[in-house]
Amino acid sequence: MSKVKYACDFDKSVLINNFENRGWQCVAPDEEWNFYWATVHNVRATFSAVLNHFPNHYELTRKDLMVKNIKRYRRDLEREGNPLAEKDDTGRYDYNLFAEEFKKHPTSTWIMKPCGKARGIGIFLINKLSQLKKWSRDGKAGGFQAVSAKDTYVISKYIENPLLIGGKKFDLRIYVLVTSFRPLKAYLYQLGFCRFCTVKYTPSSQDLDNMFAHLTNVSIQKHGNEYNAVHGGKWTVQNLRTFLEGTRGKAVSDRLFDDMNWLIIHSLKAVSSVMANDRHCFECYGYDIIIDNNLKPWLIEVNASPSLSSTTSHDRVMKHKLINDVINIVIPPGEGPDVRWSKRENLGHFDLLYDEELAQMDFLASERGKAGFPRSAATAVGSRGAGIRGSMSGGGGSGFSVSSGGSASGTW
Amino acid sequence: MEEADLEELCRNFFDSDLHLSLLEAVEKDLTSGASSSYLASSSGGFSAAKDALLDRLNTPESRRSVINWLFAASAKLPKRQYQQQPLSQQQQQSLTPVGEAAHIGRAQANWEKRICKSLNTMCSDLGLPLARRRTEKDFNALVSKWNELSVIEKDVSSIRPVYASKDFLEVLVAVRCPNALPEMTDTRWGLIHAPLRCKTIDQLRLDYHDLAISLSQTGVDDECLPDGDVEREKLTVKVLESGSAPLAQELAKRGVPLSYRGRLWSLIFDVSVTGHAEQYLQGLKQAVLDHDLLVDALIFKDVKLTAANNDMYFVFEDYLHMILLMFSRDPAIVGVYRRCCATAPKAYLNGRVGDESAAVAYPPSGVIPFHGFALLLCPLCFLYPDPKELYLVFRELYTRHFYKLHVISSEPDSILGLCALFESLLQTQEPELFHHLRSEGIQPLRIAFRWMMLAFSGLLLPEQVLLLWDRIVAYDSLTILPLFAVGVFSFRKHNLLQTKSFSAAEAVLSDLTTLSVGPILQLTLFARYND
Repeated sequence: MSKVKYACDFDKSVLINNFENRGWQCVAPDEEWNFYWATVHNVRATFSAVLNHFPNHYELTRKDLMVKNIKRYRRDLEREGNPLAEKDDTGRYDYNLFAEEFKKHPTSTWIMKPCGKARGIGIFLINKLSQLKKWSRDGKAGGFQAVSAKDTYVISKYIENPLLIGGKKFDLRIYVLVTSFRPLKAYLYQLGFCRFCTVKYTPSSQDLDNMFAHLTNVSIQKHGNEYNAVHGGKWTVQNLRTFLEGTRGKAVSDRLFDDMNWLIIHSLKAVSSVMANDRHCFECYGYDIIIDNNLKPWLIEVNASPSLSSTTSHDRVMKHKLINDVINIVIPPGEGPDVRWSKRENLGHFDLLYDEELAQMDFLASERGKAGFPRSAATAVGSRGAGIRGSMSGGGGSGFSVSSGGSASGTW
Repeated sequence: MEEADLEELCRNFFDSDLHLSLLEAVEKDLTSGASSSYLASSSGGFSAAKDALLDRLNTPESRRSVINWLFAASAKLPKRQYQQQPLSQQQQQSLTPVGEAAHIGRAQANWEKRICKSLNTMCSDLGLPLARRRTEKDFNALVSKWNELSVIEKDVSSIRPVYASKDFLEVLVAVRCPNALPEMTDTRWGLIHAPLRCKTIDQLRLDYHDLAISLSQTGVDDECLPDGDVEREKLTVKVLESGSAPLAQELAKRGVPLSYRGRLWSLIFDVSVTGHAEQYLQGLKQAVLDHDLLVDALIFKDVKLTAANNDMYFVFEDYLHMILLMFSRDPAIVGVYRRCCATAPKAYLNGRVGDESAAVAYPPSGVIPFHGFALLLCPLCFLYPDPKELYLVFRELYTRHFYKLHVISSEPDSILGLCALFESLLQTQEPELFHHLRSEGIQPLRIAFRWMMLAFSGLLLPEQVLLLWDRIVAYDSLTILPLFAVGVFSFRKHNLLQTKSFSAAEAVLSDLTTLSVGPILQLTLFARYND
């Protein structure tokens, strides 16, 4: 174990001797320290700092932990009698349970994803139990890379009927900024994008090994023959919305986006109880979502460090705006970092997705209203919609579904 | 309506699907139980059939479908110029068959010769035949990849597009009337010198009075209201249910909500995917599979250069290939040339050059694609997921409006007229801006020409392009394009007044994706009353 490093603002022998007796190493306050005996002023300065990750974000971003959290959330909802908890999932099983499940659906395809990897590494598809056995024996899979079988893997039902546009499969990348988990405060970025595969989608049984048709990660698609560097296979969410409204109608496409919003909110609520709610932290997550051809969204995974490299100029502009808007929300311009951050007006391209405090106030006010009390001013709805984003039906939305589809993990 | 037009309508009617379906329905009536009543009340087979037909036509849905058919078909008749008195023999001779002035006819003929020559040169330089039967291997490859044509490997690096908008603009600029009086052209400080009469802003205000600021428009009002424009949506649903094409066209004047636009346009164009239509499309597909034309390589190159690189349209690349290939084989499109003084390029079979009996239109549709042609199809992909309907609607849109964008004619709706209108409007509406640009040596038409030739596709967001095309379909005229172009210049006037060079002006006007069509149209038409 390396030496504990300490910094001390006071030159008092009672302090220094104690530290030295323990064999600690003295460093300056502006270097890395493990233990800091500071003046009150310096404490304030240190604690007003702001960090861009929550300490235990892996509760949300590691696939196996997310499955565990969501299962628990669903059980809680069921116990409360909340109608949102639908029986509708796949997830990790141990091998025997999985084998049973597999026999129940002999014609389906399953996708294996390593828990902690990104960018599509180590992902492969199987449709026979023998392939799985072979993989665990040889440590090799039909996919791209040989990954050690010692990693934990999550296996889930492959979504075989993704929504295809122009015959190609795609998934959505949505950015969500969370500034606090308890109470939950999340913002949804309007400028998400769709990532298209470069090759036409074929139902999996024919061509499981063709990763270009199944995995939408740009890091994989980049190596395909058809990859176009001008647009990078990316479509804006606005174009997707125009297409869906034009071909399927407004009601249907509004419902889809509504469902996606609820999907995100549920996933955040599921982990909010276990997340270390440090006031100094915020996090910008990249949500990967696939839409199946019944226009139901499925959450693939959540990335804590969505890639900030840009493949096209449009991309670079969008990510620049994203970071700009994130910083504007976290540290409003003209002020220093301030952990009180109560007022948040300049949202840029973000929309307020969910604000638990406001939702509580609305709920209480409506309760009071029911009991005949005059409504308080707390129900005055802000311009961006209090509590829940305007377009969403209160409490509605589908029972959320966490399943892994064909899109790979990835800080893409 | 003139005799000739009536005759043509009748001929078209006998060829149409509607005719077939009416006949089938009448046949069923006659052979069903109701037949006895017909036969009893009449004096023979023929009058029985006539009664049955009249009865059938009196049903509201048949009447509606006939009205819709008539509405769509009459829009495609040539618009003959109204003449005060009959022309003398000599005057008649100086006009082209459609009534165009001779110098315009000559310009178009020269342009066609140039295109043909360019195509022939490309052929001989590259050693490719204009047309040939496909090899077995080719045929099989095409059949297996029919739904993903973008994947087919084709070496088109040596193919150049036959012409681009710049080339065409030069040709238009060179059009001069040999006997024009000086005062007809000396106030034209723009590029176009053909003495065409253009509408004034007042006339346009009357034409487009439905765009007035006081009336609610889709694309303007529904952005501001929290739930969208509910009234307008209800109205749209009602119109769709009524199934009447003239009503639908009226509705489209103020824009159509995105979710209903596909169905509404199909109604206006009287397009439906009947069994007959499917067979026809199958025939086109077979024609594509059987023969390989040089034009195919041109189409392939165009799609790869324009649509496949465009971040709004690349998703639809496969559909574009499929539809444009079929389009080039469709003989129904050549008919469009009878409405203007253009003729389709001709090829001679088996090398029998000059032998008129062996002349066929090349390609069968008569349309040689230019650089950017694929973009005219792209916005429709957002409305029609079914390639068959997509094809039929695109064909209607092309044969009614878009063919005028690359044919030289003196019609106010053709590209020459649109350019003249653009310049005249810009001069009168924005004299300060126009003067500034001209004094810096910048011709605004050089920037706006490409916009108009592509009907703004690829420049605005897809939804905005569709809102603009709503007006084209509704008012049956392309004059909205120069109007919008002038609006764009007005909108960016402040920055343009500070530019000192052509490239700076181009830079100011390079990104139009933030523009909203409705407000800019209203700005140009109604926000200012100079006179």
